[in-house]
Amino acid sequence: MRKYYLNYLDELESEAIFVLREVWAQFDNPVILFSGGKDSIVVAHLAKKAFYPSKIPFPLMHVDTGHNFPETIKFRDDTIKELGVQLIVGSVQESIDQGRVAEEQGKNATRNALQITTLLDAIEYNKIDCAIGGGRRDEEKARAKERFFSHRDDFGQWDPKNQRPELWNIFNGKHFEGEHFRAFPISNWTEMDVWNYIKRENIAIPSLYFAHEREVVWRQESWIPNSEYLVLEDHEEIVTKKIRFRTLGDITITGGIESDADTLEKIADEVSGMRKTERGNRSDDKRSESAMEDRKRQGYF
Amino acid sequence: MLDKNQLLRFTTAGSVDDGKSTLIGRLLYDSKSIFEDQLQAIENTSKKKGHDGVDLALFTDGLRDEREQGITIDVAYRYFTTPKRKFIIADTPGHIQYTRNMVTGASTANAAIILVDARHGVIEQTKRHSFIASLLQIPHVIVCINKMDLVDYAEESYNRVIDQFEEFSSKMLVKDVRFIPISALNGDNVVNRSENMDWYQGAPLLHTLETMHISSDINKVDTRFPVQTVLRPQSDEHRDYRGYAGRVASGIIRVGDEITALPSGFTSKIKSIDTFDKTLEEAYAPMSVSITLEDDIDIGRGDMIVRTKNQPETSQDIEVMLCWLNNSPAKPRAKYTIKHTSNDQKAMIKEVIYKYDINTLDRNKVDKDLKMNDISKVKIRTTKPLMVDPYRENRTTGSIILIDDATNETVAAGMII
Repeated sequence: MRKYYLNYLDELESEAIFVLREVWAQFDNPVILFSGGKDSIVVAHLAKKAFYPSKIPFPLMHVDTGHNFPETIKFRDDTIKELGVQLIVGSVQESIDQGRVAEEQGKNATRNALQITTLLDAIEYNKIDCAIGGGRRDEEKARAKERFFSHRDDFGQWDPKNQRPELWNIFNGKHFEGEHFRAFPISNWTEMDVWNYIKRENIAIPSLYFAHEREVVWRQESWIPNSEYLVLEDHEEIVTKKIRFRTLGDITITGGIESDADTLEKIADEVSGMRKTERGNRSDDKRSESAMEDRKRQGYF
Repeated sequence: MLDKNQLLRFTTAGSVDDGKSTLIGRLLYDSKSIFEDQLQAIENTSKKKGHDGVDLALFTDGLRDEREQGITIDVAYRYFTTPKRKFIIADTPGHIQYTRNMVTGASTANAAIILVDARHGVIEQTKRHSFIASLLQIPHVIVCINKMDLVDYAEESYNRVIDQFEEFSSKMLVKDVRFIPISALNGDNVVNRSENMDWYQGAPLLHTLETMHISSDINKVDTRFPVQTVLRPQSDEHRDYRGYAGRVASGIIRVGDEITALPSGFTSKIKSIDTFDKTLEEAYAPMSVSITLEDDIDIGRGDMIVRTKNQPETSQDIEVMLCWLNNSPAKPRAKYTIKHTSNDQKAMIKEVIYKYDINTLDRNKVDKDLKMNDISKVKIRTTKPLMVDPYRENRTTGSIILIDDATNETVAAGMII
């Protein structure tokens, strides 16, 4: 007899497609937040499937900190070309030049928190009423409380204690002028699910995820890549290692791990044996126990 | 993982002392789903708070307020995977003031874990959780009799809870109930079989979750396809394509099926069932597909495609078991937006028939105010007909939410009777 049930990856895919179509039906002007990282790549892939044979009916938006891996920017531009969609860029450098935000000072200064202002400005300027993100609930404890449709007030803020209840698969995207939503189609996916899906679908991802030789420095328990923004401490030295990245953020804060995994199969195998969370290599999350919650409340991804 | 591995969603409800957080921590820890840096963080906090050893319960703390107050306020979702299945836990607070969160967590669950303290037996909270599980029609209920280590692993304590549970649950509609004696703290019968309870012949909790038959939980009989949006590609290649995009709510759709579009009543046949990867001969719940029809008929979001020979009820008057979710009580005869599948209408609560006392399960026909966490049977009238099935037969076409137009908040959730 024929089976009439889906396996877990098909069920997750179907759920994400359902969410993406709901966004399109309920909002006037949605965008996909696209960083060039694996999660936003998977979301763009799912959007391609959700609206086929139509093109993805909304733009991709990139919040550009200026501290990018060059590989990520190339990948972003290739993706835009392949999907035939519009790209909107929000530039942190412009926010700094306009005096909207000030560069962080000190030894571990990053542009991570500055993205919040740029993101919210870009949302306001482009009249975006829903920004679709690749956030997953397994990433971090504040994200474990996220809804699929997550409300932001007219200051772009998240109020985690006063969220709309979300029952069954009925999503309430109603909002007033000036407010917006974040939507998270892959809420229920884990890091492992994402890799298994990328492998199954053979989705193209930036070369940074595969093991490669790179100049790095050991800082905060991970290998930080050498770049024009890197300021060396006295005791630090640049070495060449075979590494790969588990997540991609700014080149200044994204740490790599030593690895020989240079194919999707090897990466999936490696991830399944990992004993540390992927965000463990992100110094933006190490600042305090509620670093993510605090940023999310202000309007972070 | 194997291709046939399924996804199982379960909910756990419990309050501060019944060991819920410890149980979840134990499942994640013993299935190796806790990472080293997470464990390190918990160890640090345990030490700071002066606890002996590692307090697994700390793993489920989420927001800052929750950590400070040591309670769960909101639904949190947790994930773990075994070689047999992927699991999603909706971890919900069990206190009476959080009934709405329990309802939320239960709405998508295949299974509910109800924790009972072996020392205290069935208490009001147990009844409340079981009632919600039956109300939300969770197909499988697992009663875990916890803290068996504190009653010397005695079979009598276990049997006593079973007797108590069966007595009060006889009035409820729970299809599949199992009982497992456990100690979440020590790990007895959670992942590994307990060596302290030879008298228990059943499977440990994880094995039960891994092998429970869930493919029949979804309605495969009544074909319902709520249309989310219409796909009309503006490209030369697909110039004439008109696809109705949606997720199969229940039943099976096959190419060639005679269908009716509701509410219009126009009939046609299924011409194709399309996905990005391939065209299909048939689709079933919960697949997301795009459907094309033989005839060009007017269908849009909010409409429903069904088999002509098997149609839902079309009505403007529905009876609903309603759970009030909002701080502001219902306003008498106020208008709300009702959402039912992909359909939005205006609606009015015409009458409150009775309200449940959630602790005694008595029906109160005098106090009819709908306040936060109240569960009541009500009559609702909508401005246009909805295509509905009873919730007990169809969780997707049998459920609704109400939205207050003044605040845009989701104020109530309902199960159609």
